Amino acid sequence: MDPVASAVRLAVQEAVHILSSSEDGGHIISTLQSLRRYLGETETQAPPEEQEEFSRTHFSTILRCLVGKLSPDWLDLLPDGQLEELWASFFLEGPADQAFLVLMESIEGAASPSFRLMKMARLLARFLSAGRMAAVMEGQCGQQAGPASRLLQETLLTRVVGLPDHLGNRLQRETLAAFFPQNYFPLLGEEVLRVLQAVVDSLRGGLDCSVSFLSQVLGKACVHGRQKEILGVLVPRLTVLTQGNCLWQRVCWRLVECVPDRAMEAVLKGLVEAAPGPEVLSRLLGNLVTKSKKAQFVMTQKLLFLQYSCSMPMLQSLLGYLAMDSQRRPLLVQALKELLETWGSSSAIRHTPLEQQRYVSKALLICLTHLGEAELRASRDELLASLMEGVKSRLDSSLPPVRRLGMIVAEVASARLHPEGPPLKFQYEEDELTREMLALAVPWPAADGPSEAGPPVAPVSGESPDQETVDSGGPQAGWEGSDSELDSDDELVPYDMSGDGEQRGSKTPAYVRDCLEALTASEDWERWEAALRALEGLVLKSPAATREVSLELAKVLLHLEEKTAVAGFERLRQRALVAVTVTDPARVAEYLAVQFYALNYSLRQRMDILDVLALAAQELSRPGRLGRAAQRGSPGPGSQPSGAAVPAWKAVVEERVRCKTRRFCKQGSTGRAAAAGPNEFNAVAGYFFFPLLQRFDRPVVTFDLLGDDQLVLGRLAHTLGALMYLAVNTAVAVPMGKALLEFVWALRFHGDAYVRRGLLSAVSSVLLSVPAEWLLADLLDELLEARSWLADVAEQDADEDCRLLAVKALLLLEKLRDRLLPLSSP
Amino acid sequence: MAQAGTTHPGPCQMMRTCEHMAAPVPNPQFVLRGARSAVHALHFCHGAQGHPLLLSGSLRGLVHVWSLQTRRPLAALDGHGGQCVTWLHTLPQGPQLLSQGRDLQLCVWDLAEGRNAVVDAVHLESVGFCRASVLAEGPQRWMLAVPGRGSDEVQVLELPSKTSVSCLKPEAGARLGMPMCLQLWQAESSPRPLLLAGYEDGSLALWDVSARKVCSRVACHSEPVMALALDPRRARGVSGSAEKVLAVWSLEGQQALQVRGTHELINPGIADLKIRPDSKILATAGWDHRVRVFQWRTMKPLAMLAFHSATVHCVAFNTTGLLAAGSGDQRISVWSLYPPT
Repeated sequence: MDPVASAVRLAVQEAVHILSSSEDGGHIISTLQSLRRYLGETETQAPPEEQEEFSRTHFSTILRCLVGKLSPDWLDLLPDGQLEELWASFFLEGPADQAFLVLMESIEGAASPSFRLMKMARLLARFLSAGRMAAVMEGQCGQQAGPASRLLQETLLTRVVGLPDHLGNRLQRETLAAFFPQNYFPLLGEEVLRVLQAVVDSLRGGLDCSVSFLSQVLGKACVHGRQKEILGVLVPRLTVLTQGNCLWQRVCWRLVECVPDRAMEAVLKGLVEAAPGPEVLSRLLGNLVTKSKKAQFVMTQKLLFLQYSCSMPMLQSLLGYLAMDSQRRPLLVQALKELLETWGSSSAIRHTPLEQQRYVSKALLICLTHLGEAELRASRDELLASLMEGVKSRLDSSLPPVRRLGMIVAEVASARLHPEGPPLKFQYEEDELTREMLALAVPWPAADGPSEAGPPVAPVSGESPDQETVDSGGPQAGWEGSDSELDSDDELVPYDMSGDGEQRGSKTPAYVRDCLEALTASEDWERWEAALRALEGLVLKSPAATREVSLELAKVLLHLEEKTAVAGFERLRQRALVAVTVTDPARVAEYLAVQFYALNYSLRQRMDILDVLALAAQELSRPGRLGRAAQRGSPGPGSQPSGAAVPAWKAVVEERVRCKTRRFCKQGSTGRAAAAGPNEFNAVAGYFFFPLLQRFDRPVVTFDLLGDDQLVLGRLAHTLGALMYLAVNTAVAVPMGKALLEFVWALRFHGDAYVRRGLLSAVSSVLLSVPAEWLLADLLDELLEARSWLADVAEQDADEDCRLLAVKALLLLEKLRDRLLPLSSP
Repeated sequence: MAQAGTTHPGPCQMMRTCEHMAAPVPNPQFVLRGARSAVHALHFCHGAQGHPLLLSGSLRGLVHVWSLQTRRPLAALDGHGGQCVTWLHTLPQGPQLLSQGRDLQLCVWDLAEGRNAVVDAVHLESVGFCRASVLAEGPQRWMLAVPGRGSDEVQVLELPSKTSVSCLKPEAGARLGMPMCLQLWQAESSPRPLLLAGYEDGSLALWDVSARKVCSRVACHSEPVMALALDPRRARGVSGSAEKVLAVWSLEGQQALQVRGTHELINPGIADLKIRPDSKILATAGWDHRVRVFQWRTMKPLAMLAFHSATVHCVAFNTTGLLAAGSGDQRISVWSLYPPT
């Protein structure tokens, strides 16, 4: 038996005995003072061997004993809290890891609201604020990992990172501010920094150190979702410290390398988010991606393809980091290839959410800006092949955003991959997304870029005010000069001439038949244009004359081509066709619907037919249309434009009538009921609807709705839904609903999102338009089938709009049931 | 031609606008309806008790006499057998009215004391749209220029004797075409009357009436000259044609015609143009249904009056500054713009 060990054991045993039995304050104090000798803080220190023996084997025993004695009476044995101070000093000054463990253990073991629990919690808060956590972690840095210490490390790790959770569970509402995660983790970050500083110092001193415990702490904190708090403290400081300091950089690299694999993703994502740019990320990570398989997977696969939550600055940092070192650049090329492949895969286009497609496209553009000519040329054929594939499948899509993505990426990528060829140029509308994407595609300035660009900017901005004054002064002087030359004494002030413009309409036809003739035979383009412009008004003014030639007119308008650049040609033609259809609905609508499936039409014309039918149906079903039409029709062609005058006298007359009339019913005088009238669409809805449904599954040579022309199919579904909706309150709604549900049923698993959207909206229209009683009587089976399909779509469809529409339709179904239940229950 | 985009306020009492925003175009002061057909000729004159009158000639051959006080027609004179009345003018001595119609008659009316009878008529030789022109030579003697028998001739007569003074025929091979508009004029300094004639080929000729020769000729337009107006005080004039251009020309030393500039219009076709008696503003009647007003000195556009719904055939000014415009939409609009100071 070692004499040192037995001496220390004896002293400790005696002290424990005194502490547990004595009620005498002075005795207890002197005992504790004598124990403090072993902590090495007093003047009369114990020999180092004894100190070491004490702290290794007996310290936690003493601490547990002290915790056990903690009670109000015991602390009051001496006045002024002397005893408490001394008691606390053992926890704050002794070996930090044991003190910490005992503290946590006693807090966990204490009865839930109790004096001891609060005391211990306060002591722990003091422990934290005294910076002892750094000592806890530092203690783990120097040690070689044996199996016993690994167990200790494991325990420590759980306690250190889980401290806010443990304390929160114990203290419930009484928990202290220091233990809130938003306060604790930044503190932990600070402590980690202090330990790193110590590690760097000892490395300078030639001592070996390990940062693996710190890595584990960092990893676990990040896995717990506290990246923002802990890295928000660490990264800015490390950014500064690693600047031009190799030792710090190496410590930092090591820190990230030692993060366990399972925490790597959380740590890397946090770092990418917190790092202000690729340079900093590169300093913090080094060539981590080439050393760690896991890190490589996270950086090149997971953050690019499996997730799409990174913000654009994060993506910029990430890809910039890959581009910054020659060892990492092959990874970037590989990433570009894979991105392009994913971007172009038709299956991905169909099945991934639009948001992710945007994300991949943006990543693609950023990649392109980072790669140089030579690297691109090396794998140009491969890249071009997948680009072309992707452009083709994207332009085939019926969703405008998907097409737009295709156009933007194709433009940018082809310019980069094939700079010598003629530039690819698409027509698309500019919006926020396109601007954002095109901004991403601007290559990063070379290192000397800003300094070069800097100087010319300044002089220009400095000069501009001078130039402006010169500019504004010049012409003024000029005018004055010319004025004085022409004796300006009686200068006359012009009136507003903004209404001046080229005159049209000198050749405007006055009759519908003239228009028809001008549109078919005229070689005089002014007359042709005038006829097109006048047609809608003439048709509405003279319905009888229109009915005589309605079919011919519809035929001519449908085949009309834009021969001269007439502004708003499409709109004029559409308005005219709608007017003709409204004037003679039965014949024209039937004709148009039949033409929809005829042989020699372009897709554009077919979609025009659908639009016209929907618009005309809308116009016909608009309540109060008859009265307005009559009013509009009444003024003869020779009458003066007195549109403003009529309402004026009408108002005057009505005002007089109102003054002289006494009304007994208050409500009647205040609100005028909307003009009621029959739904004109009622009589003709069938002509619009059924011919369109007849032949959608029979392809002809030029038109295959179930094949390539899915865009038209989507339009058809939408139009049918609109017609169904407009047929509300009509007798034909029930058979229409039945037919439409059959149509939907046949196509419900269509691969194109646009078609599915159309089908879903059609289901909603059926639910809205067909009376509830009839739905239950005639369409019950169809509805039940539709319901399960809707539930599936609402949960699983890749397209967000589809899910939304399905939910809406389900809600309508629910409402239907709610309304029927009270009816059936009594 | 100065076309000012912005203007600076001058000492003009008409300043109704702030510096930056031009005032909206005013409405007509009043509109005369009831001509029952397109209005092709307008002329302001003074009636018996000095009442201001407006005379209008219509497509259906009637001459309406409008009172500007009551704004009602006082009389309708039917002397042209239903043919279009193209030109109206009153002679200063006594209320005598000259009216030219497409029935090949130029009637002289006596309007004094409520009478309205044709007292004389001159038979015309040409049925075109060329308007006549008259020049007072002395008390009770007038000189009248009308298109002559040959298609390119101009006949100058003396009234009331109706004797032919001269027949102005361009030299063979000149190929000017028909005369389209005429303006007789005598400079104060010179005793010799001059005639300005616009021709079908777009050229303008200055004739010395007594010598029967062309003093000067200039090609201002590439289309027939439809109307011309002369400002004798400045010795400058303006002409309009079927094209989109107004030409401003001057008479150098009363002898030589010289084009001073052109002013581009927005729409083609000028039916008539008049310079106000005080030489401040110029009004044009356009085929584009619009009346345009220019500052005569600078040709700066001042206003665009888009009131009519058919071709404006004629414009007229009176001495108080009223502007009348007659149009194919059967209305006569009367405007008061930039009243003379």
